[in-house]
Amino acid sequence: MADLDVLYDVVVVGGGNAALSAAITARRAGATVLLIEHAPRQMRGGNSRHTRNLRALHPVPTDVLTESYLEEEYWDDLLRVTGGRTDEPLARMTIRASQHAPGFLRDCGVVFQPSLSGTLSLSRTNAFFLGGGKALVNAMYRTADALGIAVLYDSEVQHIVVEDGFATEALITHRGFPARVRGKTFIASSGGFQANREWLREYWGDAADNFQIRGTPYAQGTILKDLLAQGIQQVGDPTQFHAVANDARAPMEDGGLAMRLDCVPFAIVVNRDVERFYDEGEDVWPKRYAIWGRLIAQQPDQRAYAITDSQALHNYLPSVFPPERADTIMELAGKLGIDAQKLERVVADYNASVQPGTFTPMKPDDCRTEGLTPPKSHWARRIDKPPFYGHPLRPGITFTFLGVKVNDRARVMMADGKPSANLFASGEIMAGNILGQGYLAGFGMTIGTVFGRLAGEEAARHARN
Amino acid sequence: MQETETTTDARRQMEVCNSCRYCEGYCAVFPAMAMRRDFTAGDLTHLANLCHGCKGCYHACQYAPPHQFGVNIPATLATLRLESYAEYAWPPAMGRVFERNGTLLSLTAALGIALVLIGVMAFGDPTILYTAQTGPGAFFRVIPMWLMTSIAGAAFGFAIFAMGMGGMRYWRGTGSAGGRFSPAPVLDAGVSILTLRNLGGGGHGCNDVDDAFTSQKRWLHHAMFYGFMLCFAATTSGSIFHHVLGLRSPHSFFSLPVQLGFWGGILLCIGTAGLIRLKIITDPVPVARQALGGEYALLSLLFLVGSTGLLLLGIRHTGAMGVMLAIHLGLVFALFLALPYSKMVHGVYRSLALLRHARETRAAKAANP
Ligand code: SF4
Ligand code: SF4
Repeated sequence: MADLDVLYDVVVVGGGNAALSAAITARRAGATVLLIEHAPRQMRGGNSRHTRNLRALHPVPTDVLTESYLEEEYWDDLLRVTGGRTDEPLARMTIRASQHAPGFLRDCGVVFQPSLSGTLSLSRTNAFFLGGGKALVNAMYRTADALGIAVLYDSEVQHIVVEDGFATEALITHRGFPARVRGKTFIASSGGFQANREWLREYWGDAADNFQIRGTPYAQGTILKDLLAQGIQQVGDPTQFHAVANDARAPMEDGGLAMRLDCVPFAIVVNRDVERFYDEGEDVWPKRYAIWGRLIAQQPDQRAYAITDSQALHNYLPSVFPPERADTIMELAGKLGIDAQKLERVVADYNASVQPGTFTPMKPDDCRTEGLTPPKSHWARRIDKPPFYGHPLRPGITFTFLGVKVNDRARVMMADGKPSANLFASGEIMAGNILGQGYLAGFGMTIGTVFGRLAGEEAARHARN
Repeated sequence: MQETETTTDARRQMEVCNSCRYCEGYCAVFPAMAMRRDFTAGDLTHLANLCHGCKGCYHACQYAPPHQFGVNIPATLATLRLESYAEYAWPPAMGRVFERNGTLLSLTAALGIALVLIGVMAFGDPTILYTAQTGPGAFFRVIPMWLMTSIAGAAFGFAIFAMGMGGMRYWRGTGSAGGRFSPAPVLDAGVSILTLRNLGGGGHGCNDVDDAFTSQKRWLHHAMFYGFMLCFAATTSGSIFHHVLGLRSPHSFFSLPVQLGFWGGILLCIGTAGLIRLKIITDPVPVARQALGGEYALLSLLFLVGSTGLLLLGIRHTGAMGVMLAIHLGLVFALFLALPYSKMVHGVYRSLALLRHARETRAAKAANP
């Protein structure tokens, strides 16, 4: 049990990979550390619990990464997904440091595996955690425990008192009881605000009620809001988030990765009014993966339906909830609760526009439509082999882009342009510095690990002096 | 395999796993699952018997309780395994004994001892039970050789036959029986069985107790299995000594049968005692409670067989030998009787599941090189 009367060298707010990386690094550097996790023990780990891999630079093949992945290619990938909304020096520093991230995690007890089914496309760039993010989180807490890091579960930090760029104490609730925590330094690793529906409503209105939160329900953004209100510089568009096409029947919170549907490129997608609204075959995974959540969020009722047939069924991963299934399009529309005649027409128009081609599921092929708006530019095959299948879709939000601005030592930047003396940030709460838009698979875990280590190192050094 | 609440729940959970696949690196269950899209009750039974209960996929599961999906693969598959033992038992009516397996096993053990004691008294001179017997043939003065071999042989022969029948019913019930026999998958499966590859958690151990990785269960199971095999070899070599070489027991401590039995007994005791300890201290959530009684009883029975064998060796020249021999043989007899109706059958079904998996894996590789 953590002692709340002690003045800790380092107080870490949050309980995911970024927080644990910071806490472990600071403790190894000799600091006394208190880590405060909002979730109860079984649900600890923030969004890290749902992750699976991290993207790591490597000049030569390693036991879990194939070929090589160098700085320029990594940077190009990042530049492409962010459309330039990044901070080049910070991003390059992160990319370079990512080379040592797997080794650090391994030292924290994390086990890696070569990637197997379903994700081969990432085996070159990303190192996979055996058992996924929860196994990583377990291993890191075990390491933290062995090092003597004090951990509080079920405890929310509500306010960090910051005066003149200097953090003095934190006000928390611990199992419902208010308490005060004193520290020489503070590290904010408490994530974004994606699970805070009220906050999302400010930008998205009623539509926010239909967003599924893929990750932890504890990402309330309390400390993010608190710090921004105290004059810490902001980065990232507050209205934007990363979202994927999720199964509409998924839980509204914490449904995790298994709720995503990757059938879109092999389907046609219509909205509530039975209209197609975007080119389903535009690009390969993972890029398309990242745009469909936003696209669906912009549709009426934030709803969409992916329509496929028995021919396409085996081209995508099975879904947790079985799709609606029918022998005719008419009947399928009935089951999905959308206009049957209109769906028949949409499918017929689409089928009529499909050009002959050679279907290749893993890369952009020449199967496309002609004279259709919007077009389907790859993987377009007629939907005419019953039974027909319909997957109802909703946007599933992964994280928000709003964050606090940091420098290359993980110190948060105050309004006057000076870095804070003793307040640091790592993980989703500052990821917007580097990832201002879009997403690269496994890059969130990379930012968390790299900045967690930086923040832990700097905080421990500051506490010693 | 028939549909039950357990198959329904196992199917629901497998559908979550098949879409998630985070645990693919732990064991054979997940690659076998990924080869399927729909799960018949037979498929699920196959997967359940592939599972070695290492619990890696429970501690790593992002959907484990208290998550609303409540995914708990080790407990669910263990429950399903137990149901499959009942379903495929031979004769089928005997499937019911898996319901209260712990009690039944204990009763069998007691019955075994009682029968042997009564037998000795009925067939010979009861005082033999209390007086020291030495020299060649000492054991058979307590129990005649012919009686010992015929009773044990009959019980063991029946057990092997019943387990063989069970294995056949299992093979037909959990997938297609067909396909040509080829030796390679048999070799794969054999290696998996003898090394307990699937209790390796992908190379770094299992969650034997909690989310820490250790290899205790694997090594203890090895101690138990190979200890049991050594004991078996001891008995076999003993009878070769007797019938072929004309050497009559008791043999000297450094003779082959006694050495095999001694080390086998020690390994068997260490393995079973260690496994019992693990069962007591492990996190109870990923465990199937219905199966515990039978598992404790079987482990205890094996421990008693091993320990009474060792005791017998220690006191074989004293007056206590007679009673100890009767107890030891009674326990062995009980073990043979119980074999096809205890957790022992997992050896048969798991081996077949590993064989099916090896065949499927090779077929998939051949189709998709
Ligand atoms: S056990 Fe849990 S984490 Fe593992 S594959 Fe299944 S659902 Fe995914
Ligand atoms: S408990 Fe272990 S052996 Fe069983 S399915 Fe899970 S990971 Fe595989």
